[in-house]
Amino acid sequence: MTQYIIKRLLLLPLLLFIFSVFAFFIIQAPPGDFVTSYIAELAASGSSMDQAQIEALREQYGLDQPLIVQYFRWVGGMLRGDFGVSLDWKRPIMELIKERLLLTVLLGAATFIISWSLAIPIGIISATKQYSFIDYFFTVFNYLGVATPTFMTALVLMWLAYSYFGISVTGLFSPEYVDAPWSLARVIDLLKHLWLPALILALDGTARLARVMRANLLDELNKPYVEMARAKGMSEWRLVLKYPVHLAINPLVSTIGWYLPMLFSGSVIVATVLNLPTIGPLLLRSLTNQDMFLAGVIVLIYCFLAIIGTLISDVLLAWLDPRIRMEA
Amino acid sequence: MTPLLSVRNLKTHFFLDEGVVKAVDGVDFDVFPGQVVGIVGESGCGKSVTIKSVMQLIQKPGRIIDGQILFRHHDEAGRETIIDLAQLDPHGKTIRSIRGAEIALIPQEPMASFSPVHTIGDQIMEAILLHLDVDEEEARRIAVERLHEVGMPNPEQRLNAYSWELSGGLRQRAMIAMSLACNPRLLIADEPTTAIDVTTQAQVLNLLLTLQKQHNMAIIFITHDLGVIAQIADFVVVMYLGRVMESGPVEDIFFNPQHPYTKALLESIPSIYAPAGKRLPTIEGSIPHPFSRPSGCPFHPRCKAFMPGVCNAAIPKLKAINDRQSVSCFLYDHAPAIVEGS
Ligand SMILES: Nc1ncnc2c1ncn2[C@@H]1O[C@H](COP(=O)(O)OP(=O)(O)OP(=O)(O)O)[C@@H](O)[C@H]1O
Ligand SMILES: [Mg+2]
Repeated sequence: MTQYIIKRLLLLPLLLFIFSVFAFFIIQAPPGDFVTSYIAELAASGSSMDQAQIEALREQYGLDQPLIVQYFRWVGGMLRGDFGVSLDWKRPIMELIKERLLLTVLLGAATFIISWSLAIPIGIISATKQYSFIDYFFTVFNYLGVATPTFMTALVLMWLAYSYFGISVTGLFSPEYVDAPWSLARVIDLLKHLWLPALILALDGTARLARVMRANLLDELNKPYVEMARAKGMSEWRLVLKYPVHLAINPLVSTIGWYLPMLFSGSVIVATVLNLPTIGPLLLRSLTNQDMFLAGVIVLIYCFLAIIGTLISDVLLAWLDPRIRMEA
Repeated sequence: MTPLLSVRNLKTHFFLDEGVVKAVDGVDFDVFPGQVVGIVGESGCGKSVTIKSVMQLIQKPGRIIDGQILFRHHDEAGRETIIDLAQLDPHGKTIRSIRGAEIALIPQEPMASFSPVHTIGDQIMEAILLHLDVDEEEARRIAVERLHEVGMPNPEQRLNAYSWELSGGLRQRAMIAMSLACNPRLLIADEPTTAIDVTTQAQVLNLLLTLQKQHNMAIIFITHDLGVIAQIADFVVVMYLGRVMESGPVEDIFFNPQHPYTKALLESIPSIYAPAGKRLPTIEGSIPHPFSRPSGCPFHPRCKAFMPGVCNAAIPKLKAINDRQSVSCFLYDHAPAIVEGS
């Protein structure tokens, strides 16, 4: 088991290298560069730059160098902890994303915990009480959850909160804490705001997970080992939780791998609607403005999260399922 | 001697949207302490449903709708009382204290009957901890002893093995060890040897017989293989379409069969005494679909001794025809029978 984890960890740098190449070249793929779009922006506002200024700007950001050199400067900087400067914001990227990254991870974790702790019990109850009232109730709930786009839920809740309670549920902080330094009061304020977006984002995941859990468990409940556990004299709840639930959860655990990055990209619209200071909207803006170093860093962080997510789910799965442990 | 288990007129039906499947429709038999009772019958005749009913393991949409399953139960204080298992709540405490402790099961598929993600030691010890008042260490000791008893090599190490790491024969031995964990007085083996090869089959049968003598248990042994019945059973129950056609001591069933179905079944076994080149007789017709049960005696459409107006009009009751055998057939029975629909 430890060996397996070490093996996977050793693969990490290699994967990161490959992903960094991909990230860099995908970001470079669109025609033009930041300076081109900067000039266009200037032109739109009526001003312009002469050729010498443009060259100077290109040189300043190293955009005149061959791609390969640009890539190694970029990666080299990151290895030294220097993520470079955002062309668009004219600020160090590290500074820009630090807090947003933390908030995104917090929101992701909260969403994850809410959706799993709702979905697993719902799936278990629906499956063990198949075709009962409660099963139908959850089935309807799940359909609604899957069918309603999350930004829609967000809009409806925003409207309800505003028109009935007069409160604004956007953002992750009250106005007085937005730019305040971290303190206990700010953390409490964050928790007060975090639950709603987390719940909105979790709703969708809960519905999906619960449906899969129900289906998996229904399959497992008819397996002979369940009957054998009954024949041993185990009580129904105990045996259901020990045997079929364990086997029904395993396939779900393997979805954690792509859950992390999916949550980040999937939440872009909700984050925009709710005006959340998370990474998603930042990526969107950096891409439209061709702020390629910022976009590159964010894409790379996504890749890193995907790798970490897969690692976590693989380790969890190996821990839960000896058959996978043996293969590894 | 009084029987350990008496099944009387047991009826277990499945209520499907398409109709009612009368999987077991009036079954009677007794099991005496220390006796090996073999239940034979073609696939789908209700053998598994019968024994699942005895253990109250029938799941929706199935239900025991009639009959008695009388069992000599030892309660916590050690007193012996006769209880009707058919009346018990399938999730209740009483039946759970009987399952695994007094009546144990060896299932049809040993591979699928162990959880693949729990060690066999975990699963055997669980059976022990459920019923015996022992700590984990003692449970482990008993588990090792049982594995040793069933001829498992290196029992200590095997506690940490998973079922899929064992060969078919060893897996079935582990299953037997688990079933015997609490010294049951009645062991129900549902075709325990179908999933394993012939040589291993013989070893497992011998093992079961040895253990049966050591523990002085009664066994209900289910199979569709008359050869296996001949090896292991003291008493035989022949089933067809959810009913008992004939029952009696093994010698009588083999050498003096009475029911036309039993006779047909025996004729269809290959014999080395038969003249070479002679075609093996088979039972004519095929087993009817569960939804379209024949009226009257379920076997009448395939029966050589079919009596029109009698066999298809009413269901014959299982009656003793001498002091050993019982048969449900109008050839032997002129007393009033169960009239259709009653
Ligand atoms: N859960 C169920 N739902 C509906 N019908 C069922 C169910 N379980 C069993 N039956 C029906 O009951 C009848 C008897 O089944 P049973 O499993 O007892 O047969 P069997 O004698 O054990 O056969 P085999 O030798 O193949 O194991 C069959 O017709 C089967 O279709
Ligand atoms: Mg069966």
